[in-house]
Amino acid sequence: MSCTSKSPWILHYDASSCNGCDIEVLACLTPIYDAERFGVINTGDPKQADIFLITGAVNDQNKEVVRQLYDQMPEPKVVVAVGICACSGGIFRDCYNILGGADKVIPVDVYVPGCAARPESIIDGIVKGVAVLEEKRAKMEGEKRCSRSRGSRS
Amino acid sequence: MNDILLMMVIPFIVACILLVVKNDRARGPISYIGAALIIATSIWVAWNYHGDPQTFEVSGESIDLLMFAIEAILGLVIIYLGIKHKKPIASVLGLVQLVMSVCFEFVFKEGIEVENGLYIDDLSIVMILIIGIIGSLICVYAVGYMRDFQEHHADEKDRRRWFFFLLFVFLSAMYGVVLSNNLVWMFFFWEITTLCSFALIGFTRTEEAVNNSFRQLILNLIGGIAFLAALILLADQEGFLALDRLLATPDALVADWLLVAVMLMALAGIVKSAQMPFHTWLLGAMVAPTPTSALLHSSTMVKAGVFMLLKLSPLLYGNIGGDMVMAVGGLTFLLASMAAISQSNAKRVLAYSTIANLGLIVACAGVGTPEAAWAGVMLMVFHAITKSLLFLCVGTAEHHIGSRNIEDMDGLFARMPKLALIMMLGIAAMFLVPFGMLISKWAALTAFVDTEEAMSVILVACIAFGSAVTGFYWTKWLGKLACVVRDAKDIEDTVRPQEWTVLGSLAALVVIVCLGYPLLSDWLVVPWMDIAFFPEHADLALMETNNLYLLLIMLVALVLIFVPFFGRSKTKEVPNYMSGVNIDDLSYTGSMGAPVNVTLRNWYMEDWFGEDRIRKVGEAVTAVVIVACIVLACGGWLR
Amino acid sequence: MSNWTLLLFAVIFVALAPVAGCILAGIDRKISARMQGRQGPPVMQPLYDVRKLLAKERRTSNRVQDFYVACYLFWIVVTGAMFFAGMDLLLIVFTLTLGETFLVLAAYCSGSPFAQVGAQREIYVAMAYEPMILIMAVAYYLFTGGEDGGSFAVRDIAGFGDMAILPMLGIFLGFLFILTMKLRKSPFDLSMSHHAHQDIVRGVATEFSGRTYAMMEVSHWYENIMLLGMVALFFQNGEWTGVVIGAVVAVLAYILEIWIDNGFARMKWQTALKSGWIVSLVLGMGNIIALLVIA
Repeated sequence: MSCTSKSPWILHYDASSCNGCDIEVLACLTPIYDAERFGVINTGDPKQADIFLITGAVNDQNKEVVRQLYDQMPEPKVVVAVGICACSGGIFRDCYNILGGADKVIPVDVYVPGCAARPESIIDGIVKGVAVLEEKRAKMEGEKRCSRSRGSRS
Repeated sequence: MNDILLMMVIPFIVACILLVVKNDRARGPISYIGAALIIATSIWVAWNYHGDPQTFEVSGESIDLLMFAIEAILGLVIIYLGIKHKKPIASVLGLVQLVMSVCFEFVFKEGIEVENGLYIDDLSIVMILIIGIIGSLICVYAVGYMRDFQEHHADEKDRRRWFFFLLFVFLSAMYGVVLSNNLVWMFFFWEITTLCSFALIGFTRTEEAVNNSFRQLILNLIGGIAFLAALILLADQEGFLALDRLLATPDALVADWLLVAVMLMALAGIVKSAQMPFHTWLLGAMVAPTPTSALLHSSTMVKAGVFMLLKLSPLLYGNIGGDMVMAVGGLTFLLASMAAISQSNAKRVLAYSTIANLGLIVACAGVGTPEAAWAGVMLMVFHAITKSLLFLCVGTAEHHIGSRNIEDMDGLFARMPKLALIMMLGIAAMFLVPFGMLISKWAALTAFVDTEEAMSVILVACIAFGSAVTGFYWTKWLGKLACVVRDAKDIEDTVRPQEWTVLGSLAALVVIVCLGYPLLSDWLVVPWMDIAFFPEHADLALMETNNLYLLLIMLVALVLIFVPFFGRSKTKEVPNYMSGVNIDDLSYTGSMGAPVNVTLRNWYMEDWFGEDRIRKVGEAVTAVVIVACIVLACGGWLR
Repeated sequence: MSNWTLLLFAVIFVALAPVAGCILAGIDRKISARMQGRQGPPVMQPLYDVRKLLAKERRTSNRVQDFYVACYLFWIVVTGAMFFAGMDLLLIVFTLTLGETFLVLAAYCSGSPFAQVGAQREIYVAMAYEPMILIMAVAYYLFTGGEDGGSFAVRDIAGFGDMAILPMLGIFLGFLFILTMKLRKSPFDLSMSHHAHQDIVRGVATEFSGRTYAMMEVSHWYENIMLLGMVALFFQNGEWTGVVIGAVVAVLAYILEIWIDNGFARMKWQTALKSGWIVSLVLGMGNIIALLVIA
């Protein structure tokens, strides 16, 4: 395991959740679950985050916000949709203003279903996300190496 | 000796030519040639006489009489102007001074001859270099600046001839102040500088300008009267009027009456160097066109005040006069620095910083040890260069962004990159290591601690708290300049070439003098101290040379660290995080879908460091200190 | 001590301070977690964080910012090296300010509202703690003073022979007080708290990402070790016992800071300046007067 997987920093965004999942996300940091023992930090700054944890369905008002937060995170990055609303829109999916799950706006890597998602499954989702993160980092480094060797050949 | 006389006269001749020449096109070349001559002669004199202090036999009834006549006429002019502008206090003070000088001339001065009218020593040379080089650079800058100024004020009468006349006369008078051994002559030149700055501050003739110029006049007349009183005391009690005799009085023999005379002269110096409670005149001086402020703040006027105090420094060792000067200087440093926090007007921040730094120099002079005086002289040199640079930068910025408010300089780094860099260099030179100001401050702190008296505790507290405050107001200004705004329009092309030349040379001077710090110390400052201070407390514990070399290395490192950042980089530039949807770096889409602009303002802490509050405290405390010390000294004398 | 030994100390500092600083930061997080009843991350977590940050894509709001942060790192390292090489304490304090200024400029230059507010708070807090540091330097000068004046040089202070702690007890307590501000610990973590869940996001560091952020972390490691060195300086008596006692007290002081960090909520911004200045004035200047009276 490389260092990327040992220190996944999380940006948590509440798209339009009922706050059920948000409470559970915070519960992950409490003594019982203590996500920090895996190096997880719940940062509020997209520029320093690796995993974008999104709860709630995306609506017309905040789709730009979600997109921009995602754009502001530096590569490699992973999106984890927490709760059924973030996965598919959940019970809100037919509302006039709801676009649907987070994947309508940004590419989602891990889906964590549940209403609300339990802390165990959220941590599980993060761990899955970390694996994807690791893959992406390896790919990024491979690309870098490729471009470097291409550069030296020319 | 003739070269010295020539040096003193050249600015005056240039001034007279400029007063006559009406043509604006001719004014430029005349000023440039004049400035070049002034710089050349001052360097020539410095080169010839450094390490070789001497006095010159110049005297004559006719010179004295001429000076007296000019003084009397100017006194009458002051009284007239006071009446005309309904400033009775100015008239009264002018009258008092006139009566005193008539009495002095015909009663006290009778029979006192000063054979050696002029002198030169290494401190004078330092001053000559400051006046000659920085002063004339400011005059060159003024050529371009005043063209812009006239364009901005096209509806007013063109009085630039008068302006340039005053600038150059000022330089002449300053030479007079630093070279006169005859105290009467020194007083004459002293008063000329007061009147020149009076006229320069009131140049625009707006109501504000007139009021401020009169405030300057009134306060400096108080100083002038103190000076004159000291002269009368000297003439009456001991019957000499030569500076070298005054300074040759060993400190053990500082008689009580002599102490009072020295304190009165120190008071004159305190007024001229804009210390509290007299500091308001320097703040008011900003209404004048920028070259005036630059001149008053850096190379002339206030420097005459600290020059006087540094000159008197050996006589202030360990007596109540020294305590007065130290307390006023230290408190002014602390309080003026605090007041600077609450200011957003760039010129006002600079003015408060000038007052504060002069306070430090004044405190150094009051300590009376060579170590402290060394720090004082060094501070004076660096302050002159850096402050003139900053004033001229602000002047140029003002003409291009239309404001002298620091808030409007937001992102200057993107709009006027070269100017912002020079300005940042100037600001850094005011308070950061490895530049000269901070090194000198460091030496001053050491000198204060070394005295190990009750006063040193107050001074250490003033410098410790004052430095912290200084860091705050400079850094927040620096930050405003450093801000990078994307896609900003470069508006720098229209800066006039004279301005670039002067700004560039001053910026270069800042760095060069920093690099030449040890040389400056060895060639000029240390030789002066060896002679000026009485041998018993002349044990020099100057800064270790190792530290100086270390500072040089740091300066080089500061430059070299830029190198890896040149050239292309793969780093991607992205917009800021704004907790929402950015439109650009300074606006975002609000929750209702409408664009919201972000404005960023600095922190001024008006409640704590408000100008009025500080002024009241400062004026009260320092006034009490001055009055108490002088009363105590007089009491000691009369008893 | 010869110049070469001192130089060796500086080199050791440059090489080992990041290791020690990293472990210290790890212990910090571990102890904090335990105080909160959690298991906490591994001790080497800060290292993992920095290595991850270095592997991230390079982004910045403008390139000047990266330059300033690099300057910050550089001058902090220089400051620490100067301290362990036994140079002039005042010069060290001033160089530290130079480094700080670069951090503030880095925050300002992005033009980000959060970073700029953080930057102003940073210099505000600096205004609160700086008098104490200068007073500390002056006190050392008086402490080492003899017939021919004292010394600001750290090597002279450390090799003076007597511990400074007793005659400078007030200064020591005052320094511990402002250490909380210098370490940006809780009651005074105005400019950037350790977690980005505060009023101004990550304060000064809001716009730093990847490599830039890693540089800032590493400079904090260096800075913390140097500050603990300053704590240890109070206990130097020119012998190895002083070094040991100093090191132990420094670690205890850091644990005290962790306890304060966890035990106190952030105070109002006004408190920082008021308390900082009152402490400097009473403990600091009081101690200076005491030293003068003793002399």
